[in-house]
Amino acid sequence: MNSRRTAWLFLAPAMLVLGVFFLLPVIAALVLSLTDYDLYALADIHNLRFVALGNYWALLQRPLFWSALGHTFYFVAIGVPLSMATSLGAALLLNSPLARCRSFFRTVLFAPVVTTVVAVAVIWRYLFNTKYGIANVVLEHFGFHPMDWLGDPHWAMPTIILFAVWKNFGYNMIIFLAGLQAIPVDLYEAARIDGASAWRQFRHITLPMLRPTLMMVSILTVSGYFQLFAEPYVMTEGGPLQSTTSVLYLMYDEGFKWWNLGTASAVAFLLFAVMFAATAVLLKLARRGHGHGADEEPA
Amino acid sequence: MNPRIAKALVNGLLLGGAAVALFPLLWMLSVSFMRPGETGSLPPPLLPAHATFDNYRELFLRAGMGQYLLNSLLVSSAITLLSLACNLMAGYAFAKLRFAGRRVLFQILIGGLVIPAQVAMLPLFLLLKYLGLIDSYAGVIVPAMATVFGIYLVRQYARSIPDELLEAARIDGAGEWRIFVQIVLPLLKPIMVTLAIFTFLAAWNDFMWPLIVLTGQEHYTLPIGLASLAREHAQDSELMMAGSVVTVLPVLLLFLALQRYYLQGLLLGSVKG
Repeated sequence: MNSRRTAWLFLAPAMLVLGVFFLLPVIAALVLSLTDYDLYALADIHNLRFVALGNYWALLQRPLFWSALGHTFYFVAIGVPLSMATSLGAALLLNSPLARCRSFFRTVLFAPVVTTVVAVAVIWRYLFNTKYGIANVVLEHFGFHPMDWLGDPHWAMPTIILFAVWKNFGYNMIIFLAGLQAIPVDLYEAARIDGASAWRQFRHITLPMLRPTLMMVSILTVSGYFQLFAEPYVMTEGGPLQSTTSVLYLMYDEGFKWWNLGTASAVAFLLFAVMFAATAVLLKLARRGHGHGADEEPA
Repeated sequence: MNPRIAKALVNGLLLGGAAVALFPLLWMLSVSFMRPGETGSLPPPLLPAHATFDNYRELFLRAGMGQYLLNSLLVSSAITLLSLACNLMAGYAFAKLRFAGRRVLFQILIGGLVIPAQVAMLPLFLLLKYLGLIDSYAGVIVPAMATVFGIYLVRQYARSIPDELLEAARIDGAGEWRIFVQIVLPLLKPIMVTLAIFTFLAAWNDFMWPLIVLTGQEHYTLPIGLASLAREHAQDSELMMAGSVVTVLPVLLLFLALQRYYLQGLLLGSVKG
């Protein structure tokens, strides 16, 4: 039996699906982004014209693109550190020898991750309702002024960030927990004998040992957060005053509301370029730190 | 620090965190049993005065929620079964079968992970329009029938299968397909469960692509149906919370039943990004 032929038969279904429904569309998207594909071309392909980098050039001159990019950066720059800090905090608590009912707490803290974004976004919309939402009732109870959480252009994005942290922190918590459990216990014992405080142990053992995990998690989380879409779609519809319009929201609107598929493809590629650059910067930071502390070999 | 205070602090913080994580979900459940308009009073009630199933009745009889639920079940099950088949075969081939270009092809696949799925969505829409698959179940199912993540997961797991086992079967004259079905698949059972629950949850919760490809209500999955209801019935919080319960509860229960496998998959999948 020809083993090479066997291998290709086993590979064929998956490669066919990935080739036709992913690779081909990605290449087509690049071509599409160089054309003025719109509603007229959708009706009759003869209306299609090649515009070279025209879509990119036009986008870079549109304030809406820059503001969408700005909102996305805002979401990533605040959301990712906040989310990771929450995950790490929760993992440290779960890993503490003092903690009780650990598997119960682990399950409960993880639960928001498996819920459907749309469904829980709807819940948050009511919890943060200006008039009847619990959030404002609590604020008033403590003597603060009620806030127009999702209706105020300055507060809509922070509210969405808060939501994203609540929804996502459990995921990285599990990864951090595994990372913490892999740190040899005798390192802490030696530190305790030397009289190191809990903070110094965290600073000089936990953080350096967790460094590879932290880098990997930050890269994955950054690229996940760049893909902000469902949250503003459900909670704010991109508003108020387009303050929560993300790059993907812009792509969706351009592509599937106005049928400017050429422009929308250019938006998609610009987002890809930005994400690629962000990942490259993070990887570079990771390499620069290499050699400090004990980097474990990634499996 | 005093050990007793430290213990109280750690467990107190965990309890507080658990309360924050659970509160929105419990609130959703409670409000779903309230009568229409009940949350619109001050202070907003936490528990229904008289629990009622009216919201659920309204959802299923008039808002088409039953159809959305069926659609979600159908689409997610089909994606899970089909992608499981494709990913298992490909992952096994990458792990255990020899062919020219194995390393390069696998590296290309892994490299493809940096491309966000949304880049492909616009031409994919045109392709499916050309194939006549817009606004059909197949439009959601077909592009999800194989994933790089799934192939990667199976490959990592299948590499631990000893080559001698497969060689012995070959010497005994077993065909490649028989070896795969009778020897390999039973050994891959744990990763199959992991991948199945991962895929099912992802398919169930998926939003952007179904939103694009499903244009008519009769094919809506739950998240799409819920988002459209939320725009129509923005004021009916009780009804919307019942809709959220219907959407969230199945996956939450599935996760609780199989969480060991799910968390294992999460860790395996994130080892190398």
